[in-house]
Amino acid sequence: MSSKRLKQAKKNLPLHLMLLPGVVLMLVFAYVPMYGIVIAFQQFVPAKGLFGNQTWVGLDNFRIVFTYPKIWQVLRNTVWISIWKIVLSVVVPVVFALLLNEIRLKVFKRSVQTIIYFPYFLSWVVFAGILIDVLSPGTGIVNTFIKSLGLDPIYFLGNENWFPTTVITTDILKTFGFNTVIYLAAISGIHPELYDVSAVDGANRWQQVIHITLPGIKIIVILLTVLGMGNILNAGFDQVWNLLNNNVLSTGEILDTYVYRQGILARLYGQGAAIALMKSVVSLGFIGSSYVIAYKYLNYRLF
Amino acid sequence: MTKHKPSKSRIVFNVFNYAILGISSLIAILLFVHIVALSFSDNTAIVSNQVRFLPVGFNVEAYKMLFQDTRFWRAFGISVRRVIIGVSINMTMIVLIAYPLSKYTHQFRMRNIYMWFFFITALFSGGIIPMFVLLNDMSLLNTVWALVLPTAVPVFNVILVLNFFRQLPQEIFEAAEMDGANEFQKLFRVALPISKPVLATVLLFSIVGHWNSWFDGILFSTTIDAYPLQSYLQTIVIRQDFASAGITDPDSIAQLSNISMKTAQIIIGMVPVLMIYPLLQRYFMTGIVLGSVKE
Repeated sequence: MSSKRLKQAKKNLPLHLMLLPGVVLMLVFAYVPMYGIVIAFQQFVPAKGLFGNQTWVGLDNFRIVFTYPKIWQVLRNTVWISIWKIVLSVVVPVVFALLLNEIRLKVFKRSVQTIIYFPYFLSWVVFAGILIDVLSPGTGIVNTFIKSLGLDPIYFLGNENWFPTTVITTDILKTFGFNTVIYLAAISGIHPELYDVSAVDGANRWQQVIHITLPGIKIIVILLTVLGMGNILNAGFDQVWNLLNNNVLSTGEILDTYVYRQGILARLYGQGAAIALMKSVVSLGFIGSSYVIAYKYLNYRLF
Repeated sequence: MTKHKPSKSRIVFNVFNYAILGISSLIAILLFVHIVALSFSDNTAIVSNQVRFLPVGFNVEAYKMLFQDTRFWRAFGISVRRVIIGVSINMTMIVLIAYPLSKYTHQFRMRNIYMWFFFITALFSGGIIPMFVLLNDMSLLNTVWALVLPTAVPVFNVILVLNFFRQLPQEIFEAAEMDGANEFQKLFRVALPISKPVLATVLLFSIVGHWNSWFDGILFSTTIDAYPLQSYLQTIVIRQDFASAGITDPDSIAQLSNISMKTAQIIIGMVPVLMIYPLLQRYFMTGIVLGSVKE
């Protein structure tokens, strides 16, 4: 090793020291659980521990999982809910950002922003608690309003046909404000001269939106869509588990809730881990390709 | 640009635009007001659908009962403890990891190896079952450590801070080095004092994250006595699973099933977030601009 190398290695020692606690924590709490996916190939007995002498069963757990009559239904529910979420979580915020961008009254603009992104910071427990109250067919204020119009009450959370719609809509309600602010930030980054020049050329406001604003935020829209597609198998455990009930399992059960139900609650550790492993591998593929696409075609650099 | 009179279609658009945005915001506020009104209302008025936006049969019974509910406040205390310990660990980890990773490979050769070591954990995880088994093996179930150690390194917040460090003018670090500062001094004396906006952003995200998370509390506790508040609310308010909370006497169950009691608990559960919301708002933009619109 040259003396220059040695000198740099010595100089970098503090950097290694800084990283050490994080590396140790990640080894224990991220990499050991990654090793723990071997549970999917075992007849796992928790009492023996993660590194204990477990019985290996090859692919048995996977075979059993695929004989579950529900597995394909669960997969379909997951993909259906998440695709709608991915699409609407781009469309709704973009529309709101465009509308908000036309507001000249600063106080009004700021108040609307403050109100619409507050729910983003609430836990799903709190938000679901509110939803369960206001959507209740008997005493909920939403159904009171629907009934006052002379219509029948809607079982938003108790009817299997309504449940996915309710999940998708309420997720958008909770998160669209946050994304709206992202797009507003992107819009405010567009050079004002572009608008001035086009106004001189006689472009009206609508033409400016089509030809300047939308192209100006195109990259960030595509980027967030691409990155969102990595979540195709994550239909939102935090939300769905808080809203799910036995009446709507046929349309509402998603992969993550199913893993929890089978793997932890029913204590079928091996089978739960098998589903989780397949999900993780497929998700890794989706997330990995979405990053690669974003990196290659959108010049996105995360770090 | 000369100001000219807005066209007719522009006026119509403006009216609709203000109306749409105004009405949607108003609905959101009204729903919130409705929830607050429910918590102060008489239960018979609630079940007969009389409560809109003002309490009917105003009373503070729900809050009175809630303040005497030792289970609720134990869970609240666990959440506070979790936030204090968890956020301290998060901030320490974020700063200590982001700084070395903000170096370029010609300054710190191992940088990319470390970067991928951390980033991989954001891409792939073993899932909840191995984590449960691991914490069980380590006898950490039912302790606050089961809630703060698996989440010790929030990788995306690390990336946010490291990108901020990279935008700082390199000259100040070089100047500090001339003065004989080592890397620790460069981090704590030079970088941190001028990184307050991004540190405030990740601090607030970390507080909200720890306060709001509920699933790990349920997953990594075998008794409701070890639940943080959001896990407790999930059990009592959402699932109404009184049996696993050891609540068996009919009076308590009837009280806890009241809508006013449920909404009171939900409201107290969001008060901390409400309290830091003005701060969140101020630093939130910084975080977003740094995190997402980076080219």
